[in-house]
Amino acid sequence: MTTAPSFPSVALDCLDNLWFQVAGTLCNLTCNHCFISCSPKNHTLGFLDFETVKRVLAESRPLGVKEYYFTGGEPFMNNELPAMLEETLRYGPASVLTNATLLPEKIVNRIAKAERESLYSLELRVSLDGFSPETNDPIRGEGTFERAMQGVEFLVGNGFLPIITAMRSWRLEEEEEVIGKFTTMLKSRGYDRPRLKLLPSLKIGQEAMRTAGYTDLDWLTDEMMEGYDKSQLLCTNSRIVTDKGVHVCPILVDQAGSNMGATLAESTKDFPLAYQACMTCYAYGSICSNVSSTVTFE
Amino acid sequence: MSRSIALFGGIYSNHVALSRALEDARDRSADSVYCLGDLGAFGPQPDRTIDLLRDHGVKVMQGNYDNSIGNGLSDCQCGYTDPRDNHYARISYQYTFQKTSPPNRKWLGELPELYRFSMGGKRVLLCHGSPRRMNEFLFSSATPTHLLSKFCEDFDADVIVGTHSGIHWSRDLGNGKKFINIGVLGRPENDGTTHVWYAMLSENASGTEVEAEFIPLQYDHERLAEEMRSEKLPEEFVETIQTGWWTTCLEVLPMKERRIGRY
Ligand code: SF4
Ligand code: SF4
Ligand SMILES: [Fe+2]
Repeated sequence: MTTAPSFPSVALDCLDNLWFQVAGTLCNLTCNHCFISCSPKNHTLGFLDFETVKRVLAESRPLGVKEYYFTGGEPFMNNELPAMLEETLRYGPASVLTNATLLPEKIVNRIAKAERESLYSLELRVSLDGFSPETNDPIRGEGTFERAMQGVEFLVGNGFLPIITAMRSWRLEEEEEVIGKFTTMLKSRGYDRPRLKLLPSLKIGQEAMRTAGYTDLDWLTDEMMEGYDKSQLLCTNSRIVTDKGVHVCPILVDQAGSNMGATLAESTKDFPLAYQACMTCYAYGSICSNVSSTVTFE
Repeated sequence: MSRSIALFGGIYSNHVALSRALEDARDRSADSVYCLGDLGAFGPQPDRTIDLLRDHGVKVMQGNYDNSIGNGLSDCQCGYTDPRDNHYARISYQYTFQKTSPPNRKWLGELPELYRFSMGGKRVLLCHGSPRRMNEFLFSSATPTHLLSKFCEDFDADVIVGTHSGIHWSRDLGNGKKFINIGVLGRPENDGTTHVWYAMLSENASGTEVEAEFIPLQYDHERLAEEMRSEKLPEEFVETIQTGWWTTCLEVLPMKERRIGRY
């Protein structure tokens, strides 16, 4: 990293969102847009164990955490995930970000039972990048469309309303048509009121930076933070736990310097926005909250 | 006689339900009436709601909608991201803004954001969304008990009352603390029934406890629907009033609340 004069520093306003990277960087798939390059062999970050999750959950209570997120890699690669969800649902609402290809019916039954018995919602966010094998598989891998849809069917059959999450890989003019095709496909699979969330493509982020005139800048400056709504940045309201410790945000987990300590208490200090990824964040805003685009009514 | 207070949530310009609720609260001998904000949106003729509240001496707080209209902001601060929701939100916001008289707009902009009083020996705090953020959604299945307890601690309250999310619920937090979401008078609760809700807060006979009772309120919803149509408000909104199912703004619902509805 070059030495820039000073980076804007961001304070943690409130720890609303607590993330657990339960599968580290391990994933059964190797999608070509994966932002931390997960794969079956990427051991940069490993599995999180149930004991750590329990300890952090207990620590999260007085901090007033509002929502718990489970991610990876593919969270369901960690066999302890169902037990972790059962425990978490005693504390508050939980969301799992999954590719839905490792969801045998037995597991779905177990988490559905945990959800029914809890006061809180358990949201499943299923990544799917196209409405057909032809549009999805080139991005996420051969056969992944069918396997994910099998998972979606089990989820819907067990009373879940999964949030189908797609990275925009089409042009803006095609948006309405693509949404229509997603909806029709999901309905034909028994999901009659699909929740769909579309993530901005990298291009849109770059375009936003370009039109704002930031392309020639590498780093965020204090000046750029003036009048900017910082609550858009996950680091003002989130932290993420990995097998290495507590990191500032899900985007920087694999970057040196993002690890803020072993406990939540150690991770509540300010954080300098010294990474190029922060630039992208600045332009995109928060893309990780659960609020979904609902696309269909009849 | 022990004291009781009627608490109204978002009115969303449903002046028909509001006038019915004012009668109902009087019949139940409420000592005073509070409205927790969001007077406009959704329904017809916003000034009718405002006039009714002022004529009846209701203590009114500011909701995100009132904050927007009162300060001439460009939207209602509900934070919808779905284009379809935004489309309808924009229509009703523009309608409400135009139909709210300038003096009423000014009045909305000056309303207080929080109210405090004590009742049954408890410190009661009234807010719109949450005590920390006017437009924070607090749905039962997405709000941890420990967060509500933290609000009580951070804001020196025993009982916190809010509205904004549109569905009533309450939770006992232990240690004599409580959270109450009173729901709204503006539209039904996405359960296929056409009535709306408000709450009565009363202290017990010995004045050592405060209790909330949720009150379902039938009103002439067909009259409201008719008025909405003659004002050319979106048919989707009218459908909600007539069927009790939400047709828009569903994206903010967590899964458990969403599952109950039709769409
Ligand atoms: S499924 Fe998710 S974590 Fe796995 S490779 Fe694809 S994008 Fe990365
Ligand atoms: S990547 Fe984004 S969320 Fe993470 S520290 Fe940088 S600005 Fe904050
Ligand atoms: Fe509101």
